[in-house]
Amino acid sequence: MSESVPGLAPEVFAPVEAPVSPPQASEEVEFVQLLTPEGERVEHPDFAFDLDDEAIKGFYRDMTIVRRIDTEATALQRQGELGLWASLLGQEAAQIGSGRALNAKDMVFPTYREHGVAYCQGVDPLNLLGLFRGVDQGAWDPRDNNFHLYTIVIGAQTLHATGYAMGQQRDHAVGDPDTGEATIAYFGDGASSQGDVNEAFIYASVFNAPVVFFCQNNQWAISEPIDRQTRIPLYQRAAGFGFPGVRVDGNDVLATYAVTQQALKRAREGSGPTLVEAYTYRMGAHTTSDDPTKYRLSEDLEYWKLKDPIERVKAYLARSAGVGQDFFAEVEAEADQVAAELRRGCLAMPDPTMTDFFQHAYVDMPDELAVQRDQYAAYAASFGADSEGEG
Amino acid sequence: MTKISLGKGINKGLRAAMENDSKVLVMGEDIGKLGGVFRVTEGLQKDFGEDRVIDTPLAESGIIGTAVGLALRGYRPVCEIQFDGFVFPAYDQIINQVAKMHYRSMGKLRMPIVIRIPFGGGIGAVEHHSESPETLFAHVAGLKVVACGDPVDAYWMIQQAISSDDPVIFFEPKRRYHEKAELDESVPPAYPLHQAKVVREGTDATLFCYGPMVKTCLQAAEAAVEDGRDLEVVDLRTISPLDLRTIFDSVKKTRRAVVVHEAPYSLGPGSEIAARVTEECFYHLEAPVLRVTGYDTPYPPSRMEEEYLPDLDRVLDGVDRVMGY
Ligand SMILES: Cc1ncc(C[n+]2csc(CCOP(=O)(O)OP(=O)(O)O)c2C)c(N)n1
Repeated sequence: MSESVPGLAPEVFAPVEAPVSPPQASEEVEFVQLLTPEGERVEHPDFAFDLDDEAIKGFYRDMTIVRRIDTEATALQRQGELGLWASLLGQEAAQIGSGRALNAKDMVFPTYREHGVAYCQGVDPLNLLGLFRGVDQGAWDPRDNNFHLYTIVIGAQTLHATGYAMGQQRDHAVGDPDTGEATIAYFGDGASSQGDVNEAFIYASVFNAPVVFFCQNNQWAISEPIDRQTRIPLYQRAAGFGFPGVRVDGNDVLATYAVTQQALKRAREGSGPTLVEAYTYRMGAHTTSDDPTKYRLSEDLEYWKLKDPIERVKAYLARSAGVGQDFFAEVEAEADQVAAELRRGCLAMPDPTMTDFFQHAYVDMPDELAVQRDQYAAYAASFGADSEGEG
Repeated sequence: MTKISLGKGINKGLRAAMENDSKVLVMGEDIGKLGGVFRVTEGLQKDFGEDRVIDTPLAESGIIGTAVGLALRGYRPVCEIQFDGFVFPAYDQIINQVAKMHYRSMGKLRMPIVIRIPFGGGIGAVEHHSESPETLFAHVAGLKVVACGDPVDAYWMIQQAISSDDPVIFFEPKRRYHEKAELDESVPPAYPLHQAKVVREGTDATLFCYGPMVKTCLQAAEAAVEDGRDLEVVDLRTISPLDLRTIFDSVKKTRRAVVVHEAPYSLGPGSEIAARVTEECFYHLEAPVLRVTGYDTPYPPSRMEEEYLPDLDRVLDGVDRVMGY
């Protein structure tokens, strides 16, 4: 039964459907799925997975390594080596599937949690730690990897992505589904409430910008459940802005790949934006500072563990693709290696010097700031050569 | 040589910048067919097309946020904010994204964005149309903040702002849009973007001002001649960074200073100038540095704006006080 808005006369206002509840273990959500949680391949009338089992092995490897990076970073935070870490646990399929659908010339605008996409774009995992360790704000060069800096202000990057896509248009880099360029913006379900995200939808729509909005609906914005952000499924919002929206099983790497690939193709060929809602679940805490036991049911977590994005690929590979145990062992060993390097690199990361931070406030440094930099340097030096960089 | 208005100076400057560099884009609300509510972008869309002179949706954060993306793509967007009071929906994008991108990327990325804001009062407008928010931008590291005060400066400064690799907040004194002066485009600009200029030499005290107050201060200096006072007038032109050298040189010469702006009194540019002059020129001063400014209230309804805005009498009163020590 539909329900009227509390306090508003139902005869004046059209009835609004009941709000979307937080994830219920029993609830079945409509979405594009190509691999079930049990590891069975299924077909979808509109989306096909066009790669072979070798590629699926690659996805498995990517997801396993990225989860290992994430676990190692969480451990480093616990040991005091990072100030904070935002874990992607449970979102590996959404990130690897969409990340692997990108072409070399496509551009990515992430939030602060896109470690998997960063990995796909070739960003050194060690560089992801700097922001969280507090030595920099993103040490990679966005131009080398077509992967923009992490954005902490919720939703801000969706406008940057849209503007960048408008630039691709103006550079005549759009028009061919294979060689054209596209941009992808990542954001969360909480971000969907931000003005910037809604403005980005409008700009992208009216300018027909080649941008894919990739929302990882992990059900939670820190402690706020999805029904505090929306009363309709998020992908349906796109229709109101005038472009297609599609919901995909965010824990199914085959489906996220296929759906993102199609959305990117649309963008590259000049057909404009798409909103992809990857329906997933944040299995870990929001960040290492968060305590989800205060607001979340443990049954929900148990339910979602059964939908683990990595386990289902493993089940498929082992049961249907005849992949042997040594492949999985190999991947594990490689993941351990990556984690060990990450740890070593993190511990060896030098503190920057304050002088660097004076240097980069402006391209053309004002004289006054140069004076402040020199005053700082003189003050620091007054403690003697030994004390520089300590403290 | 042609006589042009300040608004036309900016228009011509924009046109020149767009002709010189195909990466320069102009974007904002109503800037295309209409040419902007002050007609500053008049004719640009007709000549440069809709892809370079972009009529945007009515969404300020969107204007600046998409400009960030365009800048990352290699463009040089010039954004128009329709009126001073409407910049705030974009404030987050300006201070957290535009201002900090170079810093966050440790120098790898640049934001060559100009944000044009018609500012200040005196045109009898309704609320949110007469404000002077320059301090709110000048306090933000990574931004450069300038204001033009005459048509010739308007023409050159907008071009200099566009060629700056740092983001520039470009304040335009809206009540001076129709002030006219001779412009000779073949004479290169006499001043770099971040240099103050002595617009009137004097010996008894210095009036520091910018934007709409330049004319007011020049008139005050003329009027002060009757009282036998020879005032120097310095058009700051740049609010961040302040051109401290020119400020100190003038104070050392005249030994007295009055800072005049429409922005509120407390913690405004005048406060900073007073503090700097005290730190650097203490022994040269014959009097404390005084401020003649707007008040620490919201901008009042237009029937009261004559009371709120520094005018000839208030400036001269400030001069009297500074001479009285
Ligand atoms: C504008 C803004 N407001 C608040 C915050 C603090 N904050 C950080 S993450 C977060 C929740 C974001 O939720 P969502 O968009 O769903 O992304 P998720 O972290 O779940 O992936 C909040 C409120 C912020 N970073 N930016």
